[in-house]
Amino acid sequence: MAIYDIKEAKPAPINNRGLVFWLRKNLFSDIKNSLLSLFCIYFLFITVPPALDWLIFSATWSGSQEDIVKDGARWIFIIEKFDQFIYGFYPENLHWRPLFVAALTVAFVASVKLLNNIKLKIVIILLYPFVSIVFIHGGLFGLETVETNKWGGLMLTVIVAAVGIIASFPIGILLALGRQSNMPIVKTLCVGFIEFVRGVPLITILFMASVVLPLFFHDGIDFDKLLRALIGITLFQAAYIAEVVRGGLQAIPKGQYEASESLGLSYWQGMILIILPQALKISIPNLVGSFISLFKDTTLVLIIGLFDILAMVTLTNSDSNWLGYEVEGYVFVTFIYWIFCFSMSQYSKSVERRFNTELK
Amino acid sequence: MSTNEFMIRMENVNKWYGDFHVLKDVNLNVKKGEKVVICGPSGSGKSTTIRCLNHLEKFQQGKIFIGETELIEDVKIVRHIRSKVGMVFQHFNLFPHLSVLENLVIAPTWVHKKPRKEAIETAMYYLDRVKISDQANKYPNQLSGGQQQRVAVARCLCFNPEIMLFDEPTSALDPEMVSEVLDVMVELADEGITMICVTHEMGFAKKVADRVIFMDGGQIIEENEPHTFFEQPESDRLKLFLDQILSH
Repeated sequence: MAIYDIKEAKPAPINNRGLVFWLRKNLFSDIKNSLLSLFCIYFLFITVPPALDWLIFSATWSGSQEDIVKDGARWIFIIEKFDQFIYGFYPENLHWRPLFVAALTVAFVASVKLLNNIKLKIVIILLYPFVSIVFIHGGLFGLETVETNKWGGLMLTVIVAAVGIIASFPIGILLALGRQSNMPIVKTLCVGFIEFVRGVPLITILFMASVVLPLFFHDGIDFDKLLRALIGITLFQAAYIAEVVRGGLQAIPKGQYEASESLGLSYWQGMILIILPQALKISIPNLVGSFISLFKDTTLVLIIGLFDILAMVTLTNSDSNWLGYEVEGYVFVTFIYWIFCFSMSQYSKSVERRFNTELK
Repeated sequence: MSTNEFMIRMENVNKWYGDFHVLKDVNLNVKKGEKVVICGPSGSGKSTTIRCLNHLEKFQQGKIFIGETELIEDVKIVRHIRSKVGMVFQHFNLFPHLSVLENLVIAPTWVHKKPRKEAIETAMYYLDRVKISDQANKYPNQLSGGQQQRVAVARCLCFNPEIMLFDEPTSALDPEMVSEVLDVMVELADEGITMICVTHEMGFAKKVADRVIFMDGGQIIEENEPHTFFEQPESDRLKLFLDQILSH
C-alpha cells in the first residue's frame, strides 16, 4: 500500500506558442499541407492586388465623366446615382422623410434596449410602425402623399425585408405550435399551409399576389401592389420560420414540458415562459439564415414591377448618359447586400452569446 | 370510515399504452401527512402511478380523488390539482434558461398570482431551507446534480403544495450527492407534508415511510409498514426483489 502526495499544478510548456510554431503547425505541417498553403498564397497574390487596384487605387472617386483618366472603377457613377439607388423614384424634395424614419429606427432600437419601463416600451413598440408608415407614405398631418409605386431602391428592399421578417415571425411561431397541436383540424390546416407554401417558389407566390389576386376583387377596389407583395412574402416566410421553430421545439426535452405542466402553468404560459424561449434560442442560427435568404429574395419583387436596389441599378444602366457602368453598379449592390447580411449574421452571434446559459 | 381523511384516493385505476396494460386495478389511499414509498422493478408502473396523480399521464378506467376533488379531464380541474401537488423528477427538469431564483418565482407569480416581491421572498426562504441561497443568481447548469435536485424541491415548496410526489429523485445523481437530497426529503417528511416517493433508497424508506408499497407488472403486490415489509416479506416476488437490491 502506498499514499501519494497531492501535486501542485504546473504551467504548460512554452514551446507550443508563438508565430513560428503556429505557422509550422497549421500551414506547413507536412509536404501536402505546405504545397496547398503555397498554392493558396499564390492564388491570393494573383487575385487580391489587382482587385484592390481596381476597387481603390486606380479608381476615380470624383469629377465628371470627361475627367476619367485612370482605368480602375469609376465610382462617380455611384455618387451620381446614389439617391436613386437609395430612394428609387421617391420625390427628391421629400428624401428627408425616409431618412428621418431610418434615424427613428436607430432611436427605436436603442430605446427598446435601454428603457426599463415596460409600459413605455409597449407604447413605443406600438407607435413606431405607425409613425414610420405615416412619414414614408404621408397623407396625414399635412404630409404630402407618396404612392407606393414611387418607393424604390434600398429603401424598398429594407421595407420589404423588415416587414417580411417582423410579420412572419409570430405567424411562423403560431404555425409551428399549430403543427404540434393535438387538435386535428388546427394541425391539418397548419401542415397543409406549410407544405403548400414550401412546395411553391416565391416567384409564383408573388405572381399570384400581383396578378391572380386582383381577379377576385371587383373593379375599383385597388389593392396596393406593394401591400400584396408584402402579404405574399410574409406568408411565404412564415412557412419557413414555422419549420425552423418546429426544429427548435422538437429539441426541447419532454421533461421541460412536464415540469411546466406539473407546476400548473397553462399551455400558453408554459409555451411563452418555458418552451419557446429555449426553442427559439436553439433556432437562432437557422432563423437568421432564413432571414438572410429572405433579405436577398426580396429582390424578386422586381418581377412584379417594384424597383428594389438591384432593379434600380439595372434601370440606371440604361440611362443614355451613363452607359457601360454595369460593373460598378453591381459591385456596389453586392457590397450593400453583404453589409446587411453580414451585420445580421454578426448580430445573431451576439444574441446567441447573450442568451447562452448552457455553459459556464 | 370517512373518505375525507384521505388526501389521495385511487380507485381501480387502469391504464393502457395502446394494447399494453400498464396499470391494473391500482387502489391506493393515502392519508393526510402520510409518507408512502413505492418500489419495484423497472417497468412495474410505479412512476406511471404517481404521474397519474397530477395528470401527466392519463388513465382510462377508475377514479382518482385529490382531497375532495375528482381528477377528470378538465383543464381547470387539472390546473387546480397541479397547483396543490408538487412533483420532483428524476432528471430535475429545472428550466435552464432561467436563473435558480426565476425557476422558483415562476409558478407563484403566474399560477398563484402572488406579487413578485412576495414570491422572491418566499423563494429565498426555501432556497435557504435547502441550503443553497448563495446560488440564487446562477443558472441550473452551473450547479451540481445534488444542488439542482434541491432547487427542484424548493421550486415545488414555493407554492406550498399539500402533496409532494418524488419520481426517483436520486437515481440520476452521483453517489456522493444522494445524501444531500435525501436529507432535504427527510426534513420535509418531518414537517408532515403528504409524500409519495418512488425510490430504491431503502434506508430512506426505513427511516421515514409510514408504508412501503411493492409494485410489479402494473399492480400493487404487497404493502406494509417498513419494518415488516423488509424483515418479513410475504410474496415471493418481493422476496426476490429485496434479495436483488440488498444482496451487495
